Amino acid sequence: MSNYHPETSAEIVAEHGLSPDEYEKAFEIMGRAPNLLELGIFSVMWSEHCSYKSSKLWLKTLPTEGPQVIQGPGENAGVVDIGDGQAVIFKIESHNHPSFIEPYQGAATGVGGILRDVFTMGARPVANLNALRFGAPDHPRTKHLVKGVVAGIGGYGNCVGVPTVGGEINFHPAYNGNCLVNAMTVGLADTDKIFYSAASDIGVPVVYVGSKTGRDGIHGATMASTEFDEDSEEKRPTVQVGDPFTEKLLIEACLELMATDAILAIQDMGAAGLTSSSFEMASKGGTGVVLELDKVPMREDGMTPYELMLSESQERMLMTLKPGREAEAQAIFEKWGLDFAVVGTITDTGRMQLKWQGESVGDLPIDPLALASPEYDRPHAPTPEQAAIDVPESRDLLADLLTLVGSADLCSRRWVWEQYDHMVMGDTIQRPGGDAAVVRVHGSNKGLAMSVDCSPRYCLADPKAGGAQAVAEGFRNLSAVGAKPLAVTNNLNFGNPEKPLIMGQLVGAIEGMGEACKALDMPVVSGNVSLYNETEGQAILPTPVIGSVGLLADIDRMATVALKRDGDTLVLIGGPSGHLGQSIYARECHGIEAGPAPAIDLAAETKVGNFVRGLIEEGLLDTCHDISDGGLMVAMAEMALAGDKGVAVVSAETATGFWYGEDQARYLVALPDAAPLQERAKQAGLGIHIVGKVEGRDISLPSGQKVALSELRLQHESNFPT
Amino acid sequence: MKAGVIVFPGSNCDRDVAVVLEAVSGQAPAMVWHGDNKLPDLDLIVLPGGFSYGDYLRCGAMSAKSPIMHEVVKRANEGVAVLGICNGFQVLTESGLLPGALMRNRDLDFICRDVFLRVEDCASRFTLNYEDEQTIRIPIAHHDGNYFADAETLSRIEGEGQVMFRYCDADGQATPEANPNGSLNNIAGIVNENGNVLGMMPHPERMTEAALGGCDGRPLFESLLETLS
Repeated sequence: MSNYHPETSAEIVAEHGLSPDEYEKAFEIMGRAPNLLELGIFSVMWSEHCSYKSSKLWLKTLPTEGPQVIQGPGENAGVVDIGDGQAVIFKIESHNHPSFIEPYQGAATGVGGILRDVFTMGARPVANLNALRFGAPDHPRTKHLVKGVVAGIGGYGNCVGVPTVGGEINFHPAYNGNCLVNAMTVGLADTDKIFYSAASDIGVPVVYVGSKTGRDGIHGATMASTEFDEDSEEKRPTVQVGDPFTEKLLIEACLELMATDAILAIQDMGAAGLTSSSFEMASKGGTGVVLELDKVPMREDGMTPYELMLSESQERMLMTLKPGREAEAQAIFEKWGLDFAVVGTITDTGRMQLKWQGESVGDLPIDPLALASPEYDRPHAPTPEQAAIDVPESRDLLADLLTLVGSADLCSRRWVWEQYDHMVMGDTIQRPGGDAAVVRVHGSNKGLAMSVDCSPRYCLADPKAGGAQAVAEGFRNLSAVGAKPLAVTNNLNFGNPEKPLIMGQLVGAIEGMGEACKALDMPVVSGNVSLYNETEGQAILPTPVIGSVGLLADIDRMATVALKRDGDTLVLIGGPSGHLGQSIYARECHGIEAGPAPAIDLAAETKVGNFVRGLIEEGLLDTCHDISDGGLMVAMAEMALAGDKGVAVVSAETATGFWYGEDQARYLVALPDAAPLQERAKQAGLGIHIVGKVEGRDISLPSGQKVALSELRLQHESNFPT
Repeated sequence: MKAGVIVFPGSNCDRDVAVVLEAVSGQAPAMVWHGDNKLPDLDLIVLPGGFSYGDYLRCGAMSAKSPIMHEVVKRANEGVAVLGICNGFQVLTESGLLPGALMRNRDLDFICRDVFLRVEDCASRFTLNYEDEQTIRIPIAHHDGNYFADAETLSRIEGEGQVMFRYCDADGQATPEANPNGSLNNIAGIVNENGNVLGMMPHPERMTEAALGGCDGRPLFESLLETLS
């Protein structure tokens, strides 16, 4: 039976979020009772946030390899080859818990953290995206959270000068007590200049750069690993405060030093700060480390080793340098007005030895702690199959269209993205509002297409189909602009994994995601898991977000959603149509949130996606939109609004399912002459359907009914919940 | 045309404007560090957009006191052309090279979108390649672009024809609805009395090729090239 160090007690262990079993294991690893500092380190290293103890077992099943993959999961971010000696480096990460407590700073530091993950690897960040979920539009807290989160994302991204080019937002009562803020950064690097975190050289200096360490964010990782209750407001001091100005300087200083060959290994200080970064570097390098904590630059007097190891102060990096290069590196950081301190040495002991003014204050074995963190095979129960439902037919297709384009999930996000600088860096080729954002590879004619996607309502109805659908939608969004999908990063947001049904959602979503990634050749190269998104027992919808990245060989061969020419024919590619279960139509027009999710046919996704992309690559198609939330009619309205051109529908279809069904693997395209497309589709064995003609200032039906673009626009633009 | 771009800590449109200057003139501009005390021999000095010094204290206030600004002010007073874009405009008002101030946007939000501008004077070295009262489309991206000056200053700069760009609608009308940020008289850009210093909130460097959505910013750089070469 283990006992306690004089500095700790059963209560203190419990306050650190360690279960009795986990304390037992910590005791065993130490061979003695850990002191308070050591206990704090165990606590953050083994928090769900840092250890992935509930999800690890399942994450291992995801496909992570492919000829395009240079670095898969396990580093700060994934690295994918884009030819010409260049690589795209990207990752998505959640900042859900802090954003709910303090929306501006929570969201801002989420952006800061993911930027660091990317430039740590030697990449210049070129784009940010975000996936946001909020509670019901009329919930008293929603507006405050929306305003704060959007301002925080903008405040940080705008200042560092990285364009925020895309994202998605949903509203649902299941997020009333837990908003989701997932931030993604995409960066560019040369393949021969990629930096990793393994500190494998013995005897080299460990260097701390960036901001000073303060008392903010202590135990942030532990906070992010528990459910909320009515006292969550009191956790505000665990939220970090961001300084994008320092981040900008840190980016420039790091990239300047990276242009030399002085750096051996580098790791940003994110969740669990100095603890996690130093453990990771030494563990990956198979080495040990001595840290002299009194050398760490401090923001205030009287800070203790415990606080220094657990602080989550932002804008800090840890690196190892080639011996003798310290002065050169120091000059660069000082030029940029940043702190620089040699705080330790890499050793061959396999231990983390912590010193304060020469005296030992902590001594822990690295691998048992970093690698032998708990891994649970938590009980999981499948989500019961949803029975098919009858959704009432629409009595007025165009009146329902107005309802849908003005609904919280489908209305224009202009209010949001106009607060983000989406053009800085001068390479934004497709701005927000389309299927995928496109950012030119600086100095070339290539483009990176990127998108973030998830349909949580599908995931709730059928976790496996929902997980697969998120990947399929990413694939479609990239294909719809003409980009070849390369790889994905995932952000798995779920409730409490100790509940079998929630754990079953996680397991199902990963299974579906894995199958789709395999079939669509989009390996997972990085990711993040956020569990315990629950408040007083109420879990969020399962929200496995996929961030996908693709490559356009030539940005002059690209499609956008905007209708461009009067007289163009609108053609639906792919089918069948008619699935109304879990549709936005059923929810917004009839208050029905039920039924099965649409079926996912990965072979059809591949076939239709490749067909559409081929047409764009050949220069035959410049107008294309993937069909997703709201179905065909909403897609058509979005294309009309984006191009400010009307559509005269010629299709004789009147079934509600045809117009508002959310069947997958479908695209709506517009082109001057549909004949060659018909011929090609026939050869490819694909179903197509002529929908209408681009003309006038209305959307009109064969019945003579019509709705003016101006009326649609008013609905679309005036209803964002702020 | 020998151009130089001042790089303050927190500048983030320095590369963007350098790319355009090189594309237009065929010559890469000198990138001048804010801490330097000396400026090379230049025909054009550009103060780029961004968040110099993190916008701390007040946008542009700290940059206005940085070592290189003493030199910039001196050159400006000697007649060298100076172009301040967005944060650069804020630095110009803070350093006293241009009258007035840029306050927080009327609706308090950061705004990034294309706006229409009316070119008020197409005879200047900055606008030679535009037509009189031409309406152009150029993006803004700022939190503090709400131009203010006291009544006397405002009437002086209006009277002297120092207003170079005004926010307007697609038809060139400077209406209240076309004013994105609450600027007095829809002012988007002004020159000094001598006409050699221009400050503007919109970003002409972001609209210089079709792939980026338009080319309406390009004539500004071409005008400078024509006058300064």
